[in-house]
Amino acid sequence: MAVLVVADNDNAHLRDTTHKTVTAAKALSGEVDILVLGQGADAVAASAAKIEGVRKVIYAEGADVGHGVAEAISETVSGLAGGYDAVLIPATASGKNFAPRIAAKLDASPISDVIEVVSADTFVRPIYAGNALETVQTSDKTKVLTVRPTAFKAAGEGGSASVEKTAGASATGVRFVSEEMVKSDRPELTAAKIVVSGGRAMGSAEEFQKVIEPLADKLGAAVGASRAAVDAGYAPNDYQVGQTGKVVAPGLYIAIGISGAIQHLAGMKDSKVIVAINKDADAPIFQVADYGLVADYKTAVPELMAALG
Amino acid sequence: MKVLVPVKRVIDYNVKARVKPDQSGVDLANVKMSMNPFCEIAVEEAVRLKEKGVATEVVIVSIGPAQAQETIRTALAMGGDRGILIQSDTDVEPLAVAKLLAAVAAEEKPDLVLMGKQAIDGDNNAVGQMLSQLLGWPQATYASKVEIAGSKASVTREVDGGLQTIEVDLPAVVTADLRLNEPRYASLPNIMKAKKKEIATKTTADYGVDTAPRLKVLKVTEPAKRSAGVKVENAAELVAKLKTEAGVL
Repeated sequence: MAVLVVADNDNAHLRDTTHKTVTAAKALSGEVDILVLGQGADAVAASAAKIEGVRKVIYAEGADVGHGVAEAISETVSGLAGGYDAVLIPATASGKNFAPRIAAKLDASPISDVIEVVSADTFVRPIYAGNALETVQTSDKTKVLTVRPTAFKAAGEGGSASVEKTAGASATGVRFVSEEMVKSDRPELTAAKIVVSGGRAMGSAEEFQKVIEPLADKLGAAVGASRAAVDAGYAPNDYQVGQTGKVVAPGLYIAIGISGAIQHLAGMKDSKVIVAINKDADAPIFQVADYGLVADYKTAVPELMAALG
Repeated sequence: MKVLVPVKRVIDYNVKARVKPDQSGVDLANVKMSMNPFCEIAVEEAVRLKEKGVATEVVIVSIGPAQAQETIRTALAMGGDRGILIQSDTDVEPLAVAKLLAAVAAEEKPDLVLMGKQAIDGDNNAVGQMLSQLLGWPQATYASKVEIAGSKASVTREVDGGLQTIEVDLPAVVTADLRLNEPRYASLPNIMKAKKKEIATKTTADYGVDTAPRLKVLKVTEPAKRSAGVKVENAAELVAKLKTEAGVL
């Protein structure tokens, strides 16, 4: 039977986490529909219709769903869920915010952070910060899954699905007040091909900006940070890579002055190539690094900048 | 105003979880257990609301084995007023946890449920949202700031790419993110006082909730290990290797 993918978007752009979730959906069924929730997001719906192998796009428009209000989104999605075997949602902060509500409404047990589709009812997901992998089988009639985007390749373009427009639900008891988005020309952390992360060794927010950001800009990379650096106030919270922050899997991850706590490794160990620069030769980060440089970042980073030309 | 704070006993966050050789789960025998860090933040926030005179009573509830009573005591030592232990010797799935908490909320009638955004064992990040849905109360997840004004709460939330502020009508369910506060350590006099505080012990059957698991855990395995690579001498060698050997630059 068909499956429904809930698109990740900001009303203007379709995020590539959607394409990755479509790949997971295709492992479940040949009939994949996409639901776009937004306001003034016709362009997003049009982009979703171009994803390869998509049967149709449903675009639910409304002010509350456009602001990401979980109550309105879950109401809209659960209203459509009856026609589907499974609802797949990208495991982003926004997706995780409303996915469990849909499951509760359908009296289903949600499956969070799926990293592998074994069969139509069996999935693998990380537990204990990725220190263990759990294979679970569900008997729920409509399955509700959040999909970890970094674990799947993005579905290609070239489709030409139809777009059906409908009204998104509204919510009571909750009002959107404001949002403050971090403005940056750098790539988004979870989608970047290269990530440069700094740790507590930086010692201050000024030093973090002086050392990590120029290197990231030289490489066209996103900036990340360890929880220790975030807790110390050296970097904003949305830079945080780890169990309690973002999970990334770029082609190249450069960890500078990061010791490699279990918590941090959980967020980056699936990166293709890991580079660690740390003056402590015994730092646990070296146990997962493909290339380790035992050196003080104060000298190593300027040298690295020079070597990059 | 009454605040209900659910807490969970989990493996201490500094301990590395080990998978059992028979792949039946994670070994919890002789492992240090503590309160889930996000639950600690929720308890702290509730206690601060009480200290500010906003909350009048902070009720702690935990679902777990008999030892979860220690976790409740820790929360009481931080400033909670009384506890409820719903004893269960088997693992309860998030859906059933949410149903049990909904039953407790129906009985206790709190104005606010304040809880951690996720437990660091199952990493589900689901119970708060499910509880909100089941109760029909608004939700405000991943809170980094909570302000109560009359019958409303203004909550700043950590979202993808920044912060969002929403206003919810009470009663509501709020889940705590890391930045909300830094939990206190309980003082010795408060630990002693907490020993005298009341903890009611219940069973899952007392609430008439079906806790039978919906998911069958087929196996729990260790993830593929990454092996350590090579050490390079200097930055120039690093760049050369990244260009030629790894091909990522």
